[in-house]
Amino acid sequence: MDFLPFWLTLKLAFWTTLILLIIGIPIGYYLAYTKYKINLLFEAIINLPLVIPPTVLGFYLLLILNPKGIIGSFWHKLFGKSLVFHFEGIVVASVIYCFPVMINPLVSGFRSVPKNLIEVSLTLGKSKLETLIRVILPNMKFSVLTGIVLTFAHTLGEFGIVLMIGGSIEGETKVVSIAIYDAVEKLDYSTAHIYSAILLIFSLLTILSVYILNRRLSSDQA
Amino acid sequence: MIRLNLRKKLRGARGDFDLKVSLEIEKGEFLVIFGPSGSGKTTLLRMLAGLETPDEGYLEIEGKVWIDTNRKINLPPQKREIGFVFQDYALFPNMTVFENIAYGMKKKDSKRIRELLRIAGLEKLSETKPATLSGGQKQRVALLRALAREPRLLLLDEPFSALDPQTAAPLREEVKKLQKQEGITTIMVSHHEEDVLKLADRIVHLNEGKVLFQGKPEEFFYMRKTQSPVKSSLHGLLLEKIFNHDHYEITLALKTEILTLKINQTLGEKLKVGDKIYLSIKDFEFLEKNES
Repeated sequence: MDFLPFWLTLKLAFWTTLILLIIGIPIGYYLAYTKYKINLLFEAIINLPLVIPPTVLGFYLLLILNPKGIIGSFWHKLFGKSLVFHFEGIVVASVIYCFPVMINPLVSGFRSVPKNLIEVSLTLGKSKLETLIRVILPNMKFSVLTGIVLTFAHTLGEFGIVLMIGGSIEGETKVVSIAIYDAVEKLDYSTAHIYSAILLIFSLLTILSVYILNRRLSSDQA
Repeated sequence: MIRLNLRKKLRGARGDFDLKVSLEIEKGEFLVIFGPSGSGKTTLLRMLAGLETPDEGYLEIEGKVWIDTNRKINLPPQKREIGFVFQDYALFPNMTVFENIAYGMKKKDSKRIRELLRIAGLEKLSETKPATLSGGQKQRVALLRALAREPRLLLLDEPFSALDPQTAAPLREEVKKLQKQEGITTIMVSHHEEDVLKLADRIVHLNEGKVLFQGKPEEFFYMRKTQSPVKSSLHGLLLEKIFNHDHYEITLALKTEILTLKINQTLGEKLKVGDKIYLSIKDFEFLEKNES
């Protein structure tokens, strides 16, 4: 039994979630607390991955990430290797694909924090950054956790976009979902069964944890 | 000493109006800004706190300029050294009472926090989260949090309006005591007369953005009484008028009850069923008839 695809899947989910959390908080903060008309366009763009097929997104990403593309060539100069067909490439693709999964809970979380908590923190002499860390984020814990768990779970199940950007390279881009696809193509049903069952249970547990946390946190606040 | 001269366009229920206020406030003074809702008083307070920007104006406190639109100065709230108490307290739900109070202190001083908690009778609730506190307790914590940072200016936005009268009354006394003890210049916004009577050294009466009166609270109430005696809130509709020997018996429908009164003949003849009648509460003397 080859567990390399699982390791790769978890690694991909970890990096995707971490990167999205780091860039998602400032972006969510901006979208929630400013009222420019252009924000509607930004929100629409962020939510595009929810409605367009992964192949469409994958195709465009392939164009810009390949060694001759805008970002790909830059990356190539910097690190001397290509983004496409490498782990870094599928992380980039996965981050873009999961954007709405992280941003949407964060934006609604930011909006749910009462405005006067933020204002009172400022009047108590705290900077906006300290207010964010000590007041805003702790009072939207559930939204942050939802964003993290959903992004993680969503990345576990990623298939189309990973295949388009990464292909199926052993130990580099061959994540569980792709390994299952390969196994089925080779009529290796026993491997497909095991992989599928593990992924199914793991995903179920992840989603379940969101609901358990939800209940615990909401009873905490009461 | 605080000097301010601020102007801001506001959107009211009856169209736009200009909030235009020019004031001087002594150090240690307790000023109550009194007026109906929508008069611009909360906006004025928020401009003092830096939570709202005036269209133009100037604000100086103890020689330090906080707002000067000509020189494009508008200090953000976190640089103003104020204490702001919100109507709905705005306690941090993720922190205990102790942590709430400590949050705004320039240097965390546990001894002072315990002392403040003791004065307010809250020492047992130090480790409690705000969600389980009563309204009065929450308001005390909010006030202590604002005081703990030793602000140059204490700003109170309708701090008692969410409390029932029995809770508000002793709290008013405490506020006044603490304010005098600490000598903090305080500006409070309110539409309750009790606040003016019990707390104010001086009152500013605001309506639709204009200062209608400023001075001592006694002068204010006296002036209001002599200027418009019919503004009594007790009025009703004349339902019935019966002549009885030398006088009339009239029946009035007040807001929630029916009232029967005896009045003299000359007055009675002037009234007809359906008239709106105003009464002065103090001595039930008939004052004026209002044609309807």
